[in-house]
Amino acid sequence: MNTSTVGIVTPQSVRFEEPLLLACGRELPSYELVYETYGELNSTRSNAVLVCHALSGHHHAAGYHTADDRKPGWWDECIGPGKPIDTRHFFVVSLNNLGGCHGSTGPVSANPATGAPWGPDFPSLRVRDWVHSQARLADYLGIDCWAAVIGGSLGGMQAMRWALLYPQRLRHCVVIASAMRLSAQNIAFNEIARQAIQSDPGFADGHYLAKNTLPAKGLALARMVGHITYLSDDAMASKFGRDLRSGSLELGDEEVAEFQVQSYLRYQGNQFSGSFDANTYILMTQALDFFDLAREYADDPVAAFREASCSFLVLSFSTDWRFSPSRSREIVDALIAADRPVTYAEIEADDGHDAFLMPIPRYLALFGAYMQRVKEGC
Amino acid sequence: MRLDLTHIQRWIAPGSKVLDLGCGDGEFLQRLEAERDVRGLGLEIDPDKINKAVARGLNVVEQDMDAGLTNFPDQSFDTVVMAHALQAVHYPDRVLEEMLRIGRQGIVTFPNFAHWNCRLYLGSRGRMPVSRFMPYNWYDTPNIHFCTVKDFEALCEERGIRILARDMVGNTHRRPLLASAWPNLFAVTAIYLISH
Repeated sequence: MNTSTVGIVTPQSVRFEEPLLLACGRELPSYELVYETYGELNSTRSNAVLVCHALSGHHHAAGYHTADDRKPGWWDECIGPGKPIDTRHFFVVSLNNLGGCHGSTGPVSANPATGAPWGPDFPSLRVRDWVHSQARLADYLGIDCWAAVIGGSLGGMQAMRWALLYPQRLRHCVVIASAMRLSAQNIAFNEIARQAIQSDPGFADGHYLAKNTLPAKGLALARMVGHITYLSDDAMASKFGRDLRSGSLELGDEEVAEFQVQSYLRYQGNQFSGSFDANTYILMTQALDFFDLAREYADDPVAAFREASCSFLVLSFSTDWRFSPSRSREIVDALIAADRPVTYAEIEADDGHDAFLMPIPRYLALFGAYMQRVKEGC
Repeated sequence: MRLDLTHIQRWIAPGSKVLDLGCGDGEFLQRLEAERDVRGLGLEIDPDKINKAVARGLNVVEQDMDAGLTNFPDQSFDTVVMAHALQAVHYPDRVLEEMLRIGRQGIVTFPNFAHWNCRLYLGSRGRMPVSRFMPYNWYDTPNIHFCTVKDFEALCEERGIRILARDMVGNTHRRPLLASAWPNLFAVTAIYLISH
């Protein structure tokens, strides 16, 4: 455990009994959100920061659950004392989104109408549903206005939606490696992931929990496809190259050679399928696909951002081809045209989309410098 | 603070909106925000300078103005400033046109290559001038489009750009008259307020 950690953290949860009307038209009668907090809320309640997670994320963003944990939370590089989201100054809130599988109400939770897990009957969710549920969490915590709402990838979409739906409830919006909507190529990758899950016999049309089966292979395959798109060609080349794990490519050698990258992908896939729910994965990828920031503003992102009254930090990474710098530039250009304060940088990085989780010096320095400004406005 | 930047300030109305092309580490924009209460945005391509400018609390967008400024709407800023960058861009004439499309007025500063010191250096040594103000060798200089006071004014004439005011800064504070009287010979830095 290093010294710049938030240390041991304990998740908390809160149950909301007031029904939540969802974008799909259905209503969740009640729901639970699990969350963690780091740092102290100040007396004026002005130093709260909301961290929104990405596709496969959850509430455990920083620190450790036990002293024996091998790995800290998923964004420990950016959250902690002396880190960009400095917990000596900010009160950080990180939750597991609705529909998730790490403790918040989702497909693995019991449907109050039947007592059995929701499974595939869990309502379809949009990014705005998460934002509304997060707003209720803010009410519960007594936070009228976030100092900043921050997210990478799908999390960045939530942060932008916050700026449009609750303009008076955030002062800064930090959008990292994100986009105003997915491209056809992006949706295509998500569809392959969903097909991998749905075509696994263990999926049982989503009723695998009731039938006591698991689409483990399908979910692992989905993760493998996703994982490739989060890395850059160069990153994979330098990490694995054409190194063999077993066998050889010598003439006359009958044993089939296996590349390092093959075993790595299988490991990643298996790890993931053991810890993630397939219905949640489908639900989250659909929320990603359906998101379109400007749809209800006549497809005009400039008109959309005119709803916002916060300042924006937008960051992209040079080798990210899943959420490429051009997608971030579209956000920036719309903000400039909407006359909204914006800071933008394209960080040189080899790690592809995953770069937003990495300790890249320029990234951390710039993010930290911006958060310093956020702090001064608290 | 560089002298040319001090000169520029009086042309910028308090509370106005300013775009600073090539804002560097943001020293000037920060001063404008503090003393003139402007709403500023800086453009810069150097990563270290962007970090410094953001640390000063400024809004900075990483963008190469040589690749175009088409993402900025017409007349969306009161003033567009380009200090000591005209000589470093690939298409100075296009950037000038873009400045005046985006801003109601433009402010440009550049080193005057016809200063007597440059002329003497080139005339006597026969080599590209290297000085305190232009400390680069010809092969590694970012300054690829040097011009003179006369060149700049000829371009403005040709493109129908109005020169609303100009200021000439000599190499010593004691003799500003020389630079005003014979700018093309005595101005080290030329400063122009322009519009369409």
